[in-house]
Amino acid sequence: MAAPMRNVDEIRDRVILGEFGVRNVHSTDFPGNYPGYDDTWDLRKFKKNFRLNIAHMDENTLEFDMVGIDAAIANAFRRILLAEVPTMAIEKVFIYNNTSIIQDEILAHRLGLVPIKADPRLFEYRNAGDEEGTEIDTIQLQLKIKCTRNTRAAKDSSDPKELYLNHMVYSKDITWVPIGNQADVFGDSKIGPVHDDILLAQLRPGQELDIVMHCVKGIGEQVAKVVNSRLDTCSREVLRHDDLKNLVKIGRVRDHFIFSVESTGILPPEVLVSEAINVLIAKCQKFLTELESSEME
Amino acid sequence: MAAADTEKKRVLEMVQAAGADEGCVTFVLHEEDHTLGNSLRYMVMKNPDVEFCGYSITHPSESKINFRIQTRGGLPATETLRKGLNDLTDASKHVLHTFEAQVKEFKLKQEEAME
Repeated sequence: MAAPMRNVDEIRDRVILGEFGVRNVHSTDFPGNYPGYDDTWDLRKFKKNFRLNIAHMDENTLEFDMVGIDAAIANAFRRILLAEVPTMAIEKVFIYNNTSIIQDEILAHRLGLVPIKADPRLFEYRNAGDEEGTEIDTIQLQLKIKCTRNTRAAKDSSDPKELYLNHMVYSKDITWVPIGNQADVFGDSKIGPVHDDILLAQLRPGQELDIVMHCVKGIGEQVAKVVNSRLDTCSREVLRHDDLKNLVKIGRVRDHFIFSVESTGILPPEVLVSEAINVLIAKCQKFLTELESSEME
Repeated sequence: MAAADTEKKRVLEMVQAAGADEGCVTFVLHEEDHTLGNSLRYMVMKNPDVEFCGYSITHPSESKINFRIQTRGGLPATETLRKGLNDLTDASKHVLHTFEAQVKEFKLKQEEAME
C-alpha cells in the first residue's frame, strides 16, 4: 500500500471524491502558486508526460485515454467534437408535391435530421446569400414516391403491407442527383443517407411525395441537426461501502481523461477526432493572423 | 485602442482603459465561446509574466467573449496573447501527432491479430 500523498501533491494532482461532494476541482498548477514547483508552460515537459492510449476502435466507436493534459484543453476537444466538426446535412427542401398526411414543415424537419453520407472535407461552405448553390458546396437529393393499391392482394386482407405498394417512405428512397462534375468526382462513392431504414412518412393510395433537397456543409453550432458524434468523457466510478468510508479516501487523477466517441456514420471516429483537433488549431491560427494584421496598422 | 473597421467584420478587438499601460488589455473575441476561451485562459495563465487572466461571456445570446490579460513588468499584453495562442497550437499539434501515430499502431496490431 503506497504511503499517503503529501498534501501539496494531493491538491495539485487529485480531485477528491467526498461522500457528498467533490473537492479540489479546479486546476491550480499555475506559476507562482506553489513555491518550489516550476509550473511555467514547457512544451518539452508536456511532450514527455503526455500519453495517449487507444482502448478500443471499430468503425463507429472509439475509446481512448489521454493522460497528462489539462481539463480545459480536453474539454475544448469535447466541445468541438460535439458541435463544431463540419458535416453535410439537408438544409433546403423544395416541396413540389406533398399530398401525404405529414405536414410540409414536419416532413422538412424530419428530412433535415437524416445523416447524409458524404465526406464534408471534399466540400466548401456555401457563401451567404447564394441561393442556387454550385457543385462544390451542394449535394442535390431527390425523393419521388407514389403509393398505389396492390391489385394482386387478397380480397379480405387487412395488412397494409399486402394491400398497398410504397406505403412506407424510408430514407433508402432518397436518391442522389449529381450536379455539374459531381458524377465524375464522386462516381464511385454512393452519396446518400447513412442508414436506409429511417422511416420518413407513411402514405396511402393516391398520395405522393415529390421533393428536391439541397444538402450543404454546416457545423452543429449553427445547425442543431448536424451533430456528428455523441461523446462521453468521464472517469470511471469507484464503488464505496458504508463500513469503509472513513478508512478510504477516493480521488481521481486530475489529468487522466477517458474519451469515448460514437460517430453517426458519416465519418469514422478517428477522423472526427483528428478534425476536431484541427479545428482548434485553426481557431488559434485565425486569431494569430488577426493579431498580426492589426499590428501592421 | 478599439478597432473600428466597418468594411470587414472584426473578430478581434482590443479595449484599453484611458491612462492604463500596454500591460492591461481586454480583448473582445467574436464568434467564440468557452471552447477557445477556457483553453486559451489556461495557456496564458501558465505564463509567469501574466499577473491576471480571465474571460467572460458577456451575454449568452451574443457569441463573443471578453478576454482580459494583465501582465507584470510592463510587458505588452498582445505578446502574452500571442504566446498563449502559439503554445495552444503547439500542444494541439502534439496531441494530433500522438493520436494519429497511436491510431496507425492500433490498426497494425489489429491486422496482425487477424492473421
